[in-house]
Amino acid sequence: MKPKTIALAMLAIFPLVATASDNEIRSLREELQRMRADYERRIDALEKRLAAAEAPAAVSLPPPVAIPPAAAAPGSASGFNPEISLTLQGQAKSMQDIPERSISGYWPAAGDHSGEKRGFSVDQTELGFAASIDPLFRGTARFAVVDNQIDVEEAHFSTLGLGNGLALKGGRFRSEIGYINVQHPHEWDFADAPLMSKALFGAEGYRQDGLQLKWVAPTELFLQFGAEIGRGDRYPGTDRNGTGPGAGAVFAKLGGDVGTSHAWEAGVSYLATRAADRPAHAQDTDPAGPNQVEAQFSGRSRAWIADFVWKWAPDGNARDRSFKLQGEAFRRSEDGTLACSSGVAGSPCLGATGVLALGDYQTRQSGGYLQGVWQFVPHWRVGARYDWLSPGTKHYDEAIVFAALDPAGSLFSTYRPKRSSLMLDWSPSEYSRLRLQYARDTAMADVTDNQVTLQYIMSMGAHGAHKF
Amino acid sequence: MRINSRLLVGGVLAVLAAPALAALNIFATVPEWAALAQEIGGDRVKVFAATHALQDPHRIEAKPSLIARARSADLVVATGAELEVGWLPLVLRESGNARIQPGRPGHFEAARLVVMLEVPARLDRADGDVHAEGNPHIQTDPRNILKVAEALASRMAELDAANAAAFRDGLKAFAQRWQANLARWEKAAAPLKGQPVVVQHKSLTYLLHWLGLREVATLEPRPGVEASAGQLGELLQRVRKQPPRLVLRAAYEAPRAAEWFAGEAKVPLVILPFTVGGDEAARDLTTLFDDTVARLLQGLK
Repeated sequence: MKPKTIALAMLAIFPLVATASDNEIRSLREELQRMRADYERRIDALEKRLAAAEAPAAVSLPPPVAIPPAAAAPGSASGFNPEISLTLQGQAKSMQDIPERSISGYWPAAGDHSGEKRGFSVDQTELGFAASIDPLFRGTARFAVVDNQIDVEEAHFSTLGLGNGLALKGGRFRSEIGYINVQHPHEWDFADAPLMSKALFGAEGYRQDGLQLKWVAPTELFLQFGAEIGRGDRYPGTDRNGTGPGAGAVFAKLGGDVGTSHAWEAGVSYLATRAADRPAHAQDTDPAGPNQVEAQFSGRSRAWIADFVWKWAPDGNARDRSFKLQGEAFRRSEDGTLACSSGVAGSPCLGATGVLALGDYQTRQSGGYLQGVWQFVPHWRVGARYDWLSPGTKHYDEAIVFAALDPAGSLFSTYRPKRSSLMLDWSPSEYSRLRLQYARDTAMADVTDNQVTLQYIMSMGAHGAHKF
Repeated sequence: MRINSRLLVGGVLAVLAAPALAALNIFATVPEWAALAQEIGGDRVKVFAATHALQDPHRIEAKPSLIARARSADLVVATGAELEVGWLPLVLRESGNARIQPGRPGHFEAARLVVMLEVPARLDRADGDVHAEGNPHIQTDPRNILKVAEALASRMAELDAANAAAFRDGLKAFAQRWQANLARWEKAAAPLKGQPVVVQHKSLTYLLHWLGLREVATLEPRPGVEASAGQLGELLQRVRKQPPRLVLRAAYEAPRAAEWFAGEAKVPLVILPFTVGGDEAARDLTTLFDDTVARLLQGLK
């Protein structure tokens, strides 16, 4: 039966179709078009087979024969399955054996220290799902699987059709403050996060459990504003079990092209959150010998981040050669009170209740990183990165604080943490990457750690586009 | 430095007001669809081409400038078949523009309208850069351009009813010229029929199919994977007995492999513009195929 006849028959059977909206008419037309295309393709294939049979044998490869697609046929329920991606990441690392790594002068961010194992190790295996939910929403979930643990990295919905440049996201997502924070570890140009990210948010970066609203201005220059509110339970905040938002962030981004070879983006972001009894390891001044105690910060934490990225590729063609320069800088202010707590008899931190208040505590700290990555031939890139942090200023009553806590502790250090890294990576395709990295890490006072990392990153399945 | 504040305010207003102009705002992912939309729409459309002819269409990034352009577009004209999979979905989502999302009238995919070639029988990335829906470089067959033009014109008319008649006239004029061109090109290209050629990448499949050229080998061992010196050498041995008449490469593709192979095999290398703007002669769709056919014939001499 001819497709047209089928369509006519359908029209006759279903009176509903007679009142079909434009959409339905279009989908019918498309269906017709597809059927027609299908017939044409089969005829085409037959003609080609005929031609191939007639043609004299040559060194030729088989002629292009159209075969029905191998993908799930539309109509089967599995066609609606989300896009699935799986990223394998692991490394071999040589570095000094330091039991508790920290950044001198900086409050230690909680959380795991992935990629900080010596020797061979498997990093998180990232499993991602994404699909349209309905015409209004799209859903995304990413799980980081590590030994005995599944970490929900992202689990959010986002709107598809709010229009007017607006997009709303809800659930758990990587905050878009700064530039690198939104990237997953497999997108980084180096095997580890910048020192700045580790100091500000911990190695995993800042995630929100909350809402994000973004707006793109209707201008030819890219101009975007965004605001986020969230639970605020992650470092530098703590979970405070409140009913309102525990963290808020705003950001603005500006970007564009210069000629056909250059593209850039720059932004400023602000994050405000609060911490209650945020812990850090410290040592007390017990005359009988120092005890491990817990220092606690309670108060406001606010951070400003400025970021920029500039990319060059000859004629906008990054296949052969390209260059990427990226930098971020931050300033963080924390205003609140310090306390210490211990359960050890004789510790000055024991106090009457196991907690000793140490008065007001205020810090102003800053730092940043600058990195460049140069693709010198197809598939090969070299990169250099420099990280620096300033101890900044800290205000507290030394008489009170040092009566209980050891002034030589990392928290009170005025050391300037630094790190220099060099990397070389090879990506035979866009789905695989092998990387060699050397870093001279002087983030801890009195330690010069020469680190060598050999890393692999492999992606399977659907691999969506990366952000600029 | 003193800044004239009136000029500044005026400038900002002008920038803000620019996308609000009445013309249908079209965002084309590749130059060929930009040129086609312009042919149909004339001065009643404002066309932006996201990429140019010397960029590898498989390796485009979701640049901020593209998101800004997509934000105000009324219609996105893409090839589809995963050609733009590395950047367009992200640009569409980031744009916050509901009109151009997949499935909406403002989202047009050309590959849905033509018969796809080289649809893979199996999907495995060990086979290289394969596209599940088939070879996406459909624009190298001018007959496909006409099919796309018809659907594009009706989509444009649907989105901009006020200019529907103008778009229909634009299509009619284009189709007439194109039919005449097709006859002319096919007549001129008759000597090419059946000629054996070697191509660099599977970017010219539709062109070969149209002109009846016979692809005897591809320099890339797998799509998107460059050949090693050893693989090229082997290929050279294979074609020695029955040498191809031409080695073909698209303007955007890396030159080395094709140059070396053509030199060693002593076969003329023909660099084809591939899309509008691929060389100086290919200024629009008509001159694109004028130049393509002329270069192929020149190579045969």
